[in-house]
Amino acid sequence: MATMVTSTRPPATKKGAGTPPGIPGPNGNGSKRGGSFRDPESHANRYRIGMWVGLASVTMMFTSLSSAYIVRASSANDWIALPMPKVLIVSTILILASSATLELARRKLKASLPRAYTQWVVITVILGVAFLASQLFAWQQLKTWGLYLSSNPHSSFFYLLTGAHAVHLAGGLLGLVLLWLRSRWITTDDAILKKRQASADAVSIYWHFMDALWIYLFLLLFLWR
Amino acid sequence: MSVETHEGVHRHPAPTGFIRKYIFSIDHKVIGIQYIMLALAAVIVGMVMSLLMRLNLSWPGTSWPILETLFPTGAPGGIMNPEFYLSLVTMHGTIMVFFVLTTAPQGGFGNYFLPIQIGAEDMAFPYLNMLSFWVTLVGFLVILLAIFVEGNQGLGEWFAALGPSFRGGSGTVGPIGGWTGYAPLSALGRVAGPGQGAGMNLWVISIAIFCVGSLLGALNFITTLLNMRTKGMSLMRMPLTCWAWFTTAVLALLSFPVLLGGGILLLLDRIAGTSFFIPGGLYVSGLLSGSNPNFPLHTGGSPILWQHLFWFFGHPEVYIAILPGMGATSHILATFARKPVFGYRAMVFAIFAIGLLGFFVWGHHMFISGMSPYSAIAFSILTLSIGVPSAVKTFNWLGTLWGSRIRFTTAMLFALGFVSLFVAGGITGLILGQSSLDLAMHDTYIVTAHFHLVMGVASIFGMFAATYFWFPKMFGRHMNEKIGKLHFWITFVGVYAIFVPMHVMGIQGMPRRYSSFGEYEFLASLHPLVVFVSVAAIITIAVQLLFYFNVFWSIFKGEKAGDNPWEATTLEWNTSSPPPHDNFAGVLPTVYHGPYEFAVPGAPKDFVMQTDIEAEVPDSNGHNGHKH
Repeated sequence: MATMVTSTRPPATKKGAGTPPGIPGPNGNGSKRGGSFRDPESHANRYRIGMWVGLASVTMMFTSLSSAYIVRASSANDWIALPMPKVLIVSTILILASSATLELARRKLKASLPRAYTQWVVITVILGVAFLASQLFAWQQLKTWGLYLSSNPHSSFFYLLTGAHAVHLAGGLLGLVLLWLRSRWITTDDAILKKRQASADAVSIYWHFMDALWIYLFLLLFLWR
Repeated sequence: MSVETHEGVHRHPAPTGFIRKYIFSIDHKVIGIQYIMLALAAVIVGMVMSLLMRLNLSWPGTSWPILETLFPTGAPGGIMNPEFYLSLVTMHGTIMVFFVLTTAPQGGFGNYFLPIQIGAEDMAFPYLNMLSFWVTLVGFLVILLAIFVEGNQGLGEWFAALGPSFRGGSGTVGPIGGWTGYAPLSALGRVAGPGQGAGMNLWVISIAIFCVGSLLGALNFITTLLNMRTKGMSLMRMPLTCWAWFTTAVLALLSFPVLLGGGILLLLDRIAGTSFFIPGGLYVSGLLSGSNPNFPLHTGGSPILWQHLFWFFGHPEVYIAILPGMGATSHILATFARKPVFGYRAMVFAIFAIGLLGFFVWGHHMFISGMSPYSAIAFSILTLSIGVPSAVKTFNWLGTLWGSRIRFTTAMLFALGFVSLFVAGGITGLILGQSSLDLAMHDTYIVTAHFHLVMGVASIFGMFAATYFWFPKMFGRHMNEKIGKLHFWITFVGVYAIFVPMHVMGIQGMPRRYSSFGEYEFLASLHPLVVFVSVAAIITIAVQLLFYFNVFWSIFKGEKAGDNPWEATTLEWNTSSPPPHDNFAGVLPTVYHGPYEFAVPGAPKDFVMQTDIEAEVPDSNGHNGHKH
């Protein structure tokens, strides 16, 4: 006899509270909100959730590349350590600064200061572009030393890891530009503002992650071993 | 704030034009069907390739004139040469694993039914959803291009203009390397032999594109499930299908990036002269590394590294293929046994345990790679421990069926077939998972039999079950049950007739991937069995035409279906067949019940839908709540 069902607890009041209009809810609770579709808060949340989920996959990709790096570096005798292009220190400072300015921007948005928000976003974009330029400069420097992608395993990994990071960072720049374009459209609509805050949060999560990723790659490339 | 504003902000209006409605649609239901159609097209290519392989194995030396017309260099005189056969092996595996077993269960049925089953109006990111389908389709087109670039002399020459490593036209139907594309041969370029030029480049590029598409899809699935469940749809009230799709998405999210990383390294080895996977001092095709402009100097790379990266993805991939089938099977067994899923909670944990353990067993594909015996033991033990959650699932399926009055619909038959195949294929996993036994059986036909039964045919049976089960919801019409049952019985007997003899061949030492066995005396006695398998395969493949006919005929001419033809409980049966653009015609359902409340004592019907108001179920204890 099938007497077991999967849910033996009565439905929680919080979750079971909303009902289609006109139908009494469980335990006598009717819908407080009256709307049948999700509130803007939950809609906005999906940007943050989606971003964290996406970052999990970015993490896995860089994990695979860095495990390849570690295996390749420790298993062969053809490894020639690269000299560090000094410009990478400038890169590091630039990206750290850009994280700080983006955090400022996010706080301005939270404090409902749209103009200051726009300014800090633009400054972050400039710092981000400067970071990419300084990375390109590091590549240029390696080229003048005669070190190319296929020269030796360390240079291969250097170009690969910095390149993969730069591609991801360029995606972040695209996000920042979108934030900037949207911020020029002044609105008081609560739903749109919540969405804007959520997308600003999502982009800054990504950006800070790219910042941390660069620090990690920098340490891996020049301090590991 | 009014309801209208919410809707204005959050819902996309129903599209009107043909192109927005059926081609570049952002509706998860249309995208789901697009994925299924992609799989239905891809599976034909894969099936024709397996047919050609069987023809070559059982009747070697027989001339098939049509092959000479299509591939004059690969099949001179209508007889396949060994390279042609190997490229068939490669493309059959690649197309089936990536574009059939990964697209239909997850991208197809998952896309269509996950949002409806959790009571959402669409995926969390509808445009991203559209993008993931189109990216996947581009991946498929690129792999098809690999067939023509290698098979067609002219196209192959034209591709050579892109660089020496892009030279094609070697008369094969794509690259040679198996679906695993082992380095170093896969990393060397045209110098490594036929099919290693343009075909292999396009293979790597196609897989990389596919990875991106799958990642976008996985991201969307996870966010949708976490963020968009309707009121009352707590995690433990989700249908097991949703748990399976969710776990699959997590596996895809964490394993595809590793393959993508490996693919980038492989491509750089092939076209940029790096040495990630290519060891030094390699002597291939009569050339020493560094002695020829087409074979630049390589040093110090590690071919085993590719195997690690590939299988770190590759093992979770087999669960990506099978978990959705497990979910659908649980769902369908409960519905037609008219009983709750036995041990729902245990089923959820078993799905998760299988997914989690799947990340720590990749080494069992590499027992003969020269790994330390200590690692092999660790991988063995972890591999065998997957038997525990698998057994939990199997016994819970049997428990669900125990003492029930089964409604033997075609969907139910295929779900039962899934259980049978999962057990039959899984049991050899316990043999192959032991390093000591695997050393002898590695790369023989017993491996082929094992994974075809457990991840290939079982997943396909899960998808057949899902098709027959959900077809009325998707198209508002039933599939023909008579044809369906005929399809089931011949396919069910057929796949066992194909794969059971392969166990025998494997134990006798017949190696997989060989194009002919004429030179091996000890295998000569097996030839009648090889022919038997081929005949079974031809019949089984022919019967699939019935399925195709049934699908396309039923879309237009099938018997009309009601909203809930199977008397099922979950949310997809609350809406019309087919569901409207926003799934629930403007009012999202509220959930009061678990997903499988069949045969609830005291309930007016033998099933309680998830949306049935609590008060409708009389309570023997007299207070408001459940008593079972």
